[in-house]
Amino acid sequence: MEKVVLLGDEAVALGAIHSGLTAAYSYPGTPASEIMEFLIRQSAGGKNFVAKWCVNEKVATEEALGVSFAGQRAMVSFKHVGLNVAADPFINAAITGANGGLVVVTADDPGFHSSQNEQDNRFYADFARVLCFEPSSHQEAYDQTREAFDLSEKFGLPVMIRLVTRLAHSRAPVVVREARGKNQDFKYGYGPDWTLLPANARRRYQDLLRRQKDLQAYAEECRFNEFSAADQGQRLGVVASGLAASYFREVANRLEAKPAFLKISTYPFPQKKLLELIDRVDEILVIEEGYPFIERFIRGVAGLPGKVIRGKMDGTLPASGELRPEIVARVLGLPVRNGVSLGDFKLPARPPQLCPGCPHSDTFKALNEALQGYERGNVFSDIGCYTLGALPPYRAIQSCVCMGASISMAKGGAEAGVYPSVAVIGDSTFAHSGITPLLDAVYSQTDMTVVILDNSTVAMTGAQPSFGTGEPLDKMLVGLGVSPEHIRVIIPLPRNHQLNVGIIKEELAYHGLSVIIARRECIQILGNK
Amino acid sequence: MYNIIISGVGGQGILSIAFVIDQAALAEGLYFLQSEVHGMSQRGGAVESHLRLSETEIFSPLIPQGEADLILSVEPLEALRYFSFLKPEGTVISSRTPYVNIHDYPPLEEVFKEIKKVRESWLIEAGQLAKQAGSLRAENMVVLGAASRYLPLQEDNLKKFIRVLFQSNGEKVVETNLKAFDLGRQAAESQA
Ligand SMILES: Cc1ncc(C[n+]2csc(CCOP(=O)(O)OP(=O)(O)O)c2C)c(N)n1
Ligand code: SF4
Repeated sequence: MEKVVLLGDEAVALGAIHSGLTAAYSYPGTPASEIMEFLIRQSAGGKNFVAKWCVNEKVATEEALGVSFAGQRAMVSFKHVGLNVAADPFINAAITGANGGLVVVTADDPGFHSSQNEQDNRFYADFARVLCFEPSSHQEAYDQTREAFDLSEKFGLPVMIRLVTRLAHSRAPVVVREARGKNQDFKYGYGPDWTLLPANARRRYQDLLRRQKDLQAYAEECRFNEFSAADQGQRLGVVASGLAASYFREVANRLEAKPAFLKISTYPFPQKKLLELIDRVDEILVIEEGYPFIERFIRGVAGLPGKVIRGKMDGTLPASGELRPEIVARVLGLPVRNGVSLGDFKLPARPPQLCPGCPHSDTFKALNEALQGYERGNVFSDIGCYTLGALPPYRAIQSCVCMGASISMAKGGAEAGVYPSVAVIGDSTFAHSGITPLLDAVYSQTDMTVVILDNSTVAMTGAQPSFGTGEPLDKMLVGLGVSPEHIRVIIPLPRNHQLNVGIIKEELAYHGLSVIIARRECIQILGNK
Repeated sequence: MYNIIISGVGGQGILSIAFVIDQAALAEGLYFLQSEVHGMSQRGGAVESHLRLSETEIFSPLIPQGEADLILSVEPLEALRYFSFLKPEGTVISSRTPYVNIHDYPPLEEVFKEIKKVRESWLIEAGQLAKQAGSLRAENMVVLGAASRYLPLQEDNLKKFIRVLFQSNGEKVVETNLKAFDLGRQAAESQA
């Protein structure tokens, strides 16, 4: 059997390739980007299968849905918040159903390593009423991806895979199996099933509801949900999902008496197995990475009479942040070793920062100076490397919410009386979610200034291609209806500082909509040319 | 189980060190599990990799507090950041060459003093030795070389995968990195 060293992300990607993938789509986002990066490397420029970055997660999901309609296997992957953007096609794909296998991979980020929130996307799977896998190891990431494609076709539904940062971004050897070929025939989906007019949608939703018991039956038998009985006299039962189960296993062999243990790796979770565990114990400890998803179901509103339930909701485990092996050890009453203490030594933090020579730093310096003297101005920003402009020495921006929000918030702000109301947004973020709010601002002729930081790439997530850069961006702005006299281009370089301050000042003073493009390549991609 | 924390600043080649150790472990039939950082923290921020080697299956990608056998750091201040993971009887091998991109970097002598409180600790002139080997960017391989006699892996295997790692960059880069490894190893041996 062949062993390959893979990141958790790559184990999913290779699992998909070995499942006969026809096409995969994604938008970059930590910790999911390495899925598509691996697929692109393996695709031989599209000869083996299609592997493409898309303009955003909604588009990516819909493209995958089109592949599934055509009877072929498709995968879409993104970071957890990407599913918010793709929620519309995702939820509705559960109603249309899948024809060719359709797998949706979400990489959650407990601990906020590189995200605005730590949302737990198992709720989305539950919401859409589809099957979800939560691998506990690299091997399972590979095996479950292969299973996910088969099940998607068996049940005629999309299947979700939920990863977390520590699995996505850790590396281990994986045993791989023989690859399956692509689906041979183009069997199109049945049109009326895919046309969600209320009459069709009602019928399809009834189908989805009927299939729930098949999903439940699968979960009961699924080999990834493992139950093991307790040692004699042990009245504790542990329920742990995904990577949390691995943290439990890491420390469990140090326990004197083995608790009953249910590892959960699929949702809907195996209710019978869970009841079996509950039946045999007095105390239930629920360990999961993310929100207390399983725990909430077990507690219900009334709890379990005569039993103690412990987990995140009663403070046994921290309600936020990532699990760690020593957290799990402590909860089980196991000793945790002290490391080496630094005593009084004050360790300074070393936060991420803009690279020396970054074009964004010159833009922020010019913007800060141009804004001097205004009292009611505000700079709404967006997500990317430039969000680091919130930190000293720049302190140039006052918001970062979700992709594209800078422009919409600046419009709202302007309408509430903010002046100058400035939006700062990167080129990739503009393409992802900035075009529609700008159209809104054009329509209203809002008095605001949008600064597009065009560094030719998606720098934040590792230099993937951007869809809103260079000349096409300029043309797009004209096409959207921004007045050409108020589309200005600056080159953010120290020697252009005074010139740039002047141009920004003119556009801030203009009472109408203006767009300033700050154009200079990210220095990290200069070397790659 | 042998637990290693590799640390440094984004861009210093932490993942290259991890790659070489991972592959050598695989070649020697060991289990390994290695977690790494991508994304936000790479922009000149602190980066770490947890690397675990074992003869039996490993479950947690993270090293539990107080259970690291070795801290291998390409930057001295960054070595200190992970002391809470280090076993009191553990080893620290760090570059002496600071990477100063923060305004409150402590006096270097204080940093060294803290590191030296660990009985098994070695400070290596990684910057100087890397330059001597032919490239400042090879500091990571100097530190790996210095650590190599502690690792439960054969030197030949480590070198083999340094070659694999840099092959696509040409023979000169391979030689520079192998030389950096050797200089690091010699430096550690002469201190021992
Ligand atoms: C919905 C969503 N998808 C993806 C991400 C991850 N992400 C954060 S910023 C960013 C793009 C940054 O590119 P750009 O706007 O061009 O700015 P740059 O980093 O190049 O300065 C991405 C993909 C996210 N936060 N939210
Ligand atoms: S990666 Fe590029 S855009 Fe990001 S901080 Fe560095 S130079 Fe700036």
